[in-house]
Amino acid sequence: MGHNHKHSAPLSDTVLRVKSLESLLVEKGLVDTAGLDALVERYEHQVGPRNGAAVVAKSWVDPGFKERLMKDASAAIAELGYSGAQGEELVAVENTDAVHNVVVCTLCSCYPWPVLGLPPVWYKSAPYRSRVVREPRAVLKEFGTELSADTEVRVWDSTAETRYLVIPQRPVGSENMSEEALAALVSRDSMIGVTVALNPTEEAA
Amino acid sequence: MDGVHDMGGMHGMGPVEAEENEPVFHGEWEKRMFAMNNAVSALGVRNIDESRHARERMNPGKYLSSSYYEIWLDGLVRGLTEKGLVSEEELSGKIAPIPVTIDHRPKLTAENVSNMMNKGADYVRDTGKPPSFKVGDTVRGRNIHPKGHTRLPRYARGHVGEVVNDYGIHVFADASAEGREDHQHLYNVRFSSIELWGEDGTPGDYIYIDLWDDHLEMSS
Repeated sequence: MGHNHKHSAPLSDTVLRVKSLESLLVEKGLVDTAGLDALVERYEHQVGPRNGAAVVAKSWVDPGFKERLMKDASAAIAELGYSGAQGEELVAVENTDAVHNVVVCTLCSCYPWPVLGLPPVWYKSAPYRSRVVREPRAVLKEFGTELSADTEVRVWDSTAETRYLVIPQRPVGSENMSEEALAALVSRDSMIGVTVALNPTEEAA
Repeated sequence: MDGVHDMGGMHGMGPVEAEENEPVFHGEWEKRMFAMNNAVSALGVRNIDESRHARERMNPGKYLSSSYYEIWLDGLVRGLTEKGLVSEEELSGKIAPIPVTIDHRPKLTAENVSNMMNKGADYVRDTGKPPSFKVGDTVRGRNIHPKGHTRLPRYARGHVGEVVNDYGIHVFADASAEGREDHQHLYNVRFSSIELWGEDGTPGDYIYIDLWDDHLEMSS
C-alpha cells in the first residue's frame, strides 16, 4: 500500500493500535469518548464543501459580498457562519479569463476546513504534493482541466496558517440561476482549483 | 529538516489518483484517529507546529508507504510520548496506565466541540521583530538546512521571488515547533516556475509561498 493509493487498507495492527490509544487516553482522562464522537459527527456531516459552495455562489450574485470576500475573506465568510480551526486566516483567490489558481500544501495537508471540510486523500498524497508545484498544467489535465497556454497559473503552497479558497469563474449559461442553484455548480475540486465550476447542465456530486 | 515530507518538485511519485465519491473517512479507525488528534489539541500540551514536526520525524520509508492517518497515529504517539503523557509500555499493555501528573487543560467534551472548532486558534501577534521586507521587494529564499522544523520548502531555497503581500506579525512556526517564541512578519512571495525549475519549468506558471522574515534575504 502506498501513499498514492486511493485509500488505505490498514494492517490490523494499525486498527488495534488506534483502539489501544483511544482506550489509554480515555483511561488517563485525556480524551472523552463523546467528545471524539462529536468531532467525527461535525466533520463527517456538518462541515464540508457545501459551505464553500455557498460562499462562491454568494460572491457570484452579490458584488458587495464579493468585494468584502476579496478584501478580508475570513470576515466575509464569517458572515455566513463559517469560521474556525484550519481556516483562521482565509484568503480568496479568484479565477479569471487570464488567471487560474490552484492550492496545495507540499509539506503536509493544510486545507481550509471551515469552507471545504477535510481534504480528500489525493490532496494529501505524494503525487499531488510533489507534482502540482512543478507541473500544474499536467496535473490539472489529469483532472480534465485544460488551460490555454496564455492563461497564467498560480499555485498557492499553504506553508503557514493562511488558507486559500479558489473562487472559480461563474459558468456561461448560469445568468438566470438562483444563488442556491448556482451553489450546486460549485464542486469541492473547483474550489481547490483542479477543476472549473460545472456547467448548468451538470450537477455537483 | 530535509525530510521526505518536503515533497514539492520531487519526481517519481506516480499519477494523482482521485477516488470518486470519496467518503470523508475510510473506516472507523480513521474517524477515531482524526478525532483523537483534535481532542488532544484541547489539552494545550503541544502546539500545531510541534504536532507537524512529530509527523515529519516518522521513519522516511514508512512515511512514504503509509496512509495519512497512519502518519497521524505515528505523530500523535510520538508527540504524547515525548511530552510524557503516554508511554509505549502503557500502549502495549505491558504496564497499567500511570496517572497523568503533567498540567493540562480539561479534556474536550462533546458540548465544547463546536465552540472550540468554530473559534480555532490565533496565530497573529501585536508585537514582534520589525519587518525586513516590504511588498514589491525582490527576495531570496535563504539557503538554510535546519535539523528542526521549517516551513521554508527546499524547492524555494536559493531562489528569487517577489514579496506580494505582508500578512503581518505571526507566530513563527519554525521556532514554535521547538517551544520558542520568535514572532515576526509573514509574507506571501511569488516565484516564477522558470526561476524554481529552470528550463524544466513552464513560462506563465507562478508559485506563491507563505514565508516568514527569517526565511528570506534581500536579493541584490
